[in-house]
Amino acid sequence: MNNALIIGQYVPGDSLVHRLDPRTKITIIFFFVFIVFLANNIASYTLLTVFALASMLTSRVPIRFIIKGLTPVWFLIVFTFILHLFVTKEGTVIAEFWIFEFYSGGLIQGIAISVRFFLLILVTSLLTLTTTPIEITDAIEDMLHPLNRFKFPVHELALMMSISLRFIPTLLQETDKISRAQASRGVDFKTGPVKDRIQAIVPLLVPLFVSAFKRAEELAMAMEARGYQGGEGRTKLRELKIERNDIFIFILFAFVIAGLFMTRTYG
Amino acid sequence: MRKKLVEFRNVSFRYGDEGPWVLKNCSFEIYENEWVAIIGHNGSGKSTIAKLLNGLLFPQEGEIIIDGKQVNEESIWNIRKEVGMVFQNPDNQFVGATVQDDVAFGMENRGVPREEMNKRISETLKAVRMQDYRLTEPHRLSGGQKQRVAIASVLAISPKVLILDEATAMLDPSGRKEIMETVGSIQDQRGLSLITITHDLQEVVQADRVIVMNNGELWKESTPREIFTQKEALRKIGLDVPFVAILTEELKHAGVHLGAAPLNHEELLEDLWTLHSRT
Repeated sequence: MNNALIIGQYVPGDSLVHRLDPRTKITIIFFFVFIVFLANNIASYTLLTVFALASMLTSRVPIRFIIKGLTPVWFLIVFTFILHLFVTKEGTVIAEFWIFEFYSGGLIQGIAISVRFFLLILVTSLLTLTTTPIEITDAIEDMLHPLNRFKFPVHELALMMSISLRFIPTLLQETDKISRAQASRGVDFKTGPVKDRIQAIVPLLVPLFVSAFKRAEELAMAMEARGYQGGEGRTKLRELKIERNDIFIFILFAFVIAGLFMTRTYG
Repeated sequence: MRKKLVEFRNVSFRYGDEGPWVLKNCSFEIYENEWVAIIGHNGSGKSTIAKLLNGLLFPQEGEIIIDGKQVNEESIWNIRKEVGMVFQNPDNQFVGATVQDDVAFGMENRGVPREEMNKRISETLKAVRMQDYRLTEPHRLSGGQKQRVAIASVLAISPKVLILDEATAMLDPSGRKEIMETVGSIQDQRGLSLITITHDLQEVVQADRVIVMNNGELWKESTPREIFTQKEALRKIGLDVPFVAILTEELKHAGVHLGAAPLNHEELLEDLWTLHSRT
């Protein structure tokens, strides 16, 4: 139960990566996702891998959490690797097996794609591992701020996100309670054919929805009673600040990009 | 002369144009530094009073004056600065992701600067003895703790009137005690007028004055001591009489006449031993 209550995968810590402004992290990851696709030789891949691994080590997030974050995509990485191995027919034949022929091009392609995947997942999960969901929400609100001019409801969106984050554990606890209450009345969630099990979810979802609506109504009233009247004229308790560390990281990342353009092969 | 903070003048209210009247021609006054308990069974109109006080609802007839200002569409934002409200469900009024965010919510709405917010968060959390939980998420708090945070977030905007709308109804006895003690000490320190709405007669003991509601009408307005002597009548309108009051009544039937009606166990004990040493 308690495990499920950790929203996202945030691992508390006080490393350089943790202390970076969430906007810095989001920006860098955003560009990193793009430049990963520009790498096309060993040198450029090594450069990006070193950057990703260095950030991982600086974050001091225990390796097992990172591996846990990668579990759902292991399959995808291995699958694309094998697919490339079988399908790509470039370069020289390096091995033969029954009716299959494996080409060196396939092997290289497979490794390259897998590394690319691995880097993407590693860096993005590093964001959620070192940043609280609420920090991410704040950063998004701040970064989308210019859209306000086009009547885009930035503040409302951020409020919606933070309220849903705040209610995830509450609703999880409630789901647990309802499923136990229904189980005690004879609803079987765990055995039987899939069709029966799907049907058993109905008596779980209906009370959950009813109570969610009731909560929403009460919360709205409580917010109004506490003087909520939309985003205008509001101040914020939490503050985002770009500090020396952030600037340092930006410069470092600029060097990584420059290095990438120098090492990658053209033509 | 004490200052009049809240005044209901012949207030009637119903939901929609066709519904039955939830509140019928209610008039009462509440003064500064006063603790008033509003009691009544479910559907007696007591929670409607709370919502009217805060401008969450508006009366069809009569007027409501708070600190000299009439409650209407234009004045509600100012009224809500004066009237703070704590609701029944501890979970459904917790807006922030952590305790400090929740306390800040009301202040953020009113554009309080950041340094001031931090100062007030420390002050109010100390007042409700939750200062050690500043960065805790709501799901790690007990119901009583969440309600204390809710009280802190209301106090942070320094209202003149604090309403607890069945704020202890969903708590266990220890949580209930926690809240009542917290609220009592806060009222002593800040001198705000306190309105507690409840159907639990135990909770009215600490109040200065009790307003009893029945079917949308103001049934009686008196001191807790006076109210407790009306055992039969209270039971008739669906309210439970506390054990001490029942015991006093029974003793009277058995021929033991105590002085004024005792309100709690200590007073009863006091009365009993003084009686015993006199006879």
